[in-house]
Amino acid sequence: MSHLLPSVLAFFTPAHGASPNAEETDSLYKVTLYIALVIFFAVEGGLAYALVKFRKRKGAVAAQIHGNTRLEIGWTVAAAVILLALAVLTFAKLSSIQDPPNSGPGGAQLGEAENLLYASTERKLPPNGKVLNINVIGRQYIWQFVYPGANEPDGLGAPYSYEELVVPTNTTVSLNIVSEDVVHSWWVPELGGKFQAVPGYHNYTWFKVSKPGIFRGQCAILCGRGHARMIATVKAVPPAQFEAWLARQKQLIAEANTEAAKAHAKLAEHTGAEAVESP
Amino acid sequence: MATYVAPIPEITAHRAEREGQGWTSWLTTTDHKRIGIMYMVLTFVFFCLGGTEALLIRLQLGAPNNTLVTPEIYNQLFTMHGTTMVFLFIVPMMAGLGNYFLPLMIGARDMAYPRLNALSFWLLLAGGIVFYASVFWHPPEAGWVSFVPLANATYSPSGGEDAWIYLIHLTGLSSLVGAINFYATVANMRARGMSWGRLPLFVWTMLTYSVLLILALPVVAAAVTMLLTERHFGTHFFDASEGGSPILWQHLFWFFGHPEVYIMVLPGFGVISEILPVFARKPIFGYKAIAASTVAIAFLGFLTWAHHMFTAPIPEAILVFVMLSSYLIAVPTGVKILNWVATLWRGTIEFKTPLLFCAGAIAIFLIGGISGVFLATFPIDWQVNETYFVVAHLHFVLLGGAVLPIFGAIYYWFPKITGRMLGEGLGKLSFYLMFFGILITFLIQHVIGLDGMPRRVYEYPDVGHLALYNLISTVGSFILAAGVLATVINVWRSLKVGVIAGPDPWKANTLEWFTASPPPVNNFDVVPLVRSFEPMKDIRSEVERRTGGASERGAATVPAGATQVGL
Repeated sequence: MSHLLPSVLAFFTPAHGASPNAEETDSLYKVTLYIALVIFFAVEGGLAYALVKFRKRKGAVAAQIHGNTRLEIGWTVAAAVILLALAVLTFAKLSSIQDPPNSGPGGAQLGEAENLLYASTERKLPPNGKVLNINVIGRQYIWQFVYPGANEPDGLGAPYSYEELVVPTNTTVSLNIVSEDVVHSWWVPELGGKFQAVPGYHNYTWFKVSKPGIFRGQCAILCGRGHARMIATVKAVPPAQFEAWLARQKQLIAEANTEAAKAHAKLAEHTGAEAVESP
Repeated sequence: MATYVAPIPEITAHRAEREGQGWTSWLTTTDHKRIGIMYMVLTFVFFCLGGTEALLIRLQLGAPNNTLVTPEIYNQLFTMHGTTMVFLFIVPMMAGLGNYFLPLMIGARDMAYPRLNALSFWLLLAGGIVFYASVFWHPPEAGWVSFVPLANATYSPSGGEDAWIYLIHLTGLSSLVGAINFYATVANMRARGMSWGRLPLFVWTMLTYSVLLILALPVVAAAVTMLLTERHFGTHFFDASEGGSPILWQHLFWFFGHPEVYIMVLPGFGVISEILPVFARKPIFGYKAIAASTVAIAFLGFLTWAHHMFTAPIPEAILVFVMLSSYLIAVPTGVKILNWVATLWRGTIEFKTPLLFCAGAIAIFLIGGISGVFLATFPIDWQVNETYFVVAHLHFVLLGGAVLPIFGAIYYWFPKITGRMLGEGLGKLSFYLMFFGILITFLIQHVIGLDGMPRRVYEYPDVGHLALYNLISTVGSFILAAGVLATVINVWRSLKVGVIAGPDPWKANTLEWFTASPPPVNNFDVVPLVRSFEPMKDIRSEVERRTGGASERGAATVPAGATQVGL
């Protein structure tokens, strides 16, 4: 029985549970839902009652009322007050949804966030300014994630992965969302809201996962024929495991690049072409 | 004994025109009634096409990982569906109803510009043909919103997008010309005594519909022209790599797109405001408030467009402003609903089909309005935007605010247009099938969206309860379709065997019921002096007074145009 209320509520509320921003959005949603239900039952109830009670009956005469100014002003003010209350609540909760907290003590060791020079919506940073910055690149039809750890100043050599984003638990992750071609939208429901990846723009969001787990998401704006398959998973692992994975990923990429360079050289040799630049 | 006074016909033309015979006369007609009928028939055909597209969409989504249609076809289907319903059904159907009834309701002989009126219709037909011709080549597949860069030449190389652009231009021009015509007609051709404060509420909504079209259409016309030059002539308005911006498209499109939704629902609200008083047998509650809230909604509707862009990279100041303006617009909209319930309150409600459709419309629209508040709250919108939650919301507001009122209008006004009543049995069946069909199809879609399924996806995985929920929604869509079919059958049959209606079968309040069913070419031989916003009701009570309260229930019948009451 104790499972009944949460599962009933889950029917009516968005995904949540893995990151504070999703939690806070869900609780804002719940308050809005309770107000909405009250209004729904009151007005639909009034309509239904009127239809039943004031059916045409023998001998009944319709009351020729043209209006009631006090009543009309009253319900206009009441509607405005309800919406004002909802607006105040939303702005009170906004910071907990938009502003990332500091990473937890068990989180990964982080450097300062990069110095960002793009004209775009302001990137929100936690109080101590330390985030794990991950670039999310959308393209038809696969997400690419670029992690910190570039060899070179212009960002080359950083480890990356496709489709699966690996992150350490207890760490504030800040996503820098961009697109290489059309508009995409990054969305992992349990980790917060969705944000468009627009070519020429940077869009930002954050999340912080407390326990290891796997969270599914997908592109959330029409981007072409493969839109339905542009999925993403976020895999949260303990920080030590993350560091190990990152190092291994970097190594695997370096090995693959070396193999590719060798294959290029062989190809150039076979075809007699000039040496081809390695990618 | 009352003496019968013979009518004195008013000569409004210097040459008596013979009404055209045969189908060719329809091609050259400038009579607002014939043009209205052509509009209504054509737009209903598009409704059925759009509905078929919807059923195919629901069939594909009826099971997870379904392979009924390819992703390409699926994307084309929802693009055609949305575009058809907005530009080829709802907006022009309202124009069709307005075309037929606005002149009658204000006591006019025709529209201010009859030839321009005909042009509007033929432009609409041309737009529909150009758009649907693309089905034989490559229909558009970038959604009814045609976001760039997806809709540019690189990512949508086929001609489908161009067909979409030409549709917008042709139907846009049709609507723009029609809007000017409606406004000029109301401004100049009202009956004697019909001041602005005595306009029927349907006429008020057609007036705001027209003003919104005039202000919003040029923006979308500019936007699609820019898209056309982007696709074919090398401009870079929307190309970030050349200094343009994809966000510009979103702003331009939605600046039109949001007023467009009010263009769609305000006339629907006008229909509800006409029908409820007739069947509750009491006046509309708060005429001034409803008229004022119509204008307020129209004005505020221009300030809220960015709530379609909450997930785009735009400044926070815009997010806050637009959330507040969207909340604000909920106030006059909600107030209208309360005014309607109050109209029914303490009435003597006759449960005829037009009333059922309007009561159902209110119930459905309310659900959409409430889900709109969730969407206006941008942190919540970040979770539910571009999911089935939005699909649910938009269908509740459009089905409740536009489609159900259109059906109510069909049942209400069919007797005036054809002289025959539609069958009540089939009418009630149609209503109940549509009402419950809508609920079954779309209520569950809120949950589908909350469970994480985005919109515009041709398939979804078998996770959670998505398969069950989607199946429920698909079943509901066929129930809704059956309801529509019932009305089609009803119309078909009633044209031949429907009960003869006479001029005023409903004992209604507005001037169109003062003339014969169907009206003669010149509409009115005599236009009565208008003394309130319910002129027909005044005429009936005056006749009753003069003839000593003739028939049962105190309701006197007025022979069409036959008295000099009020003159």
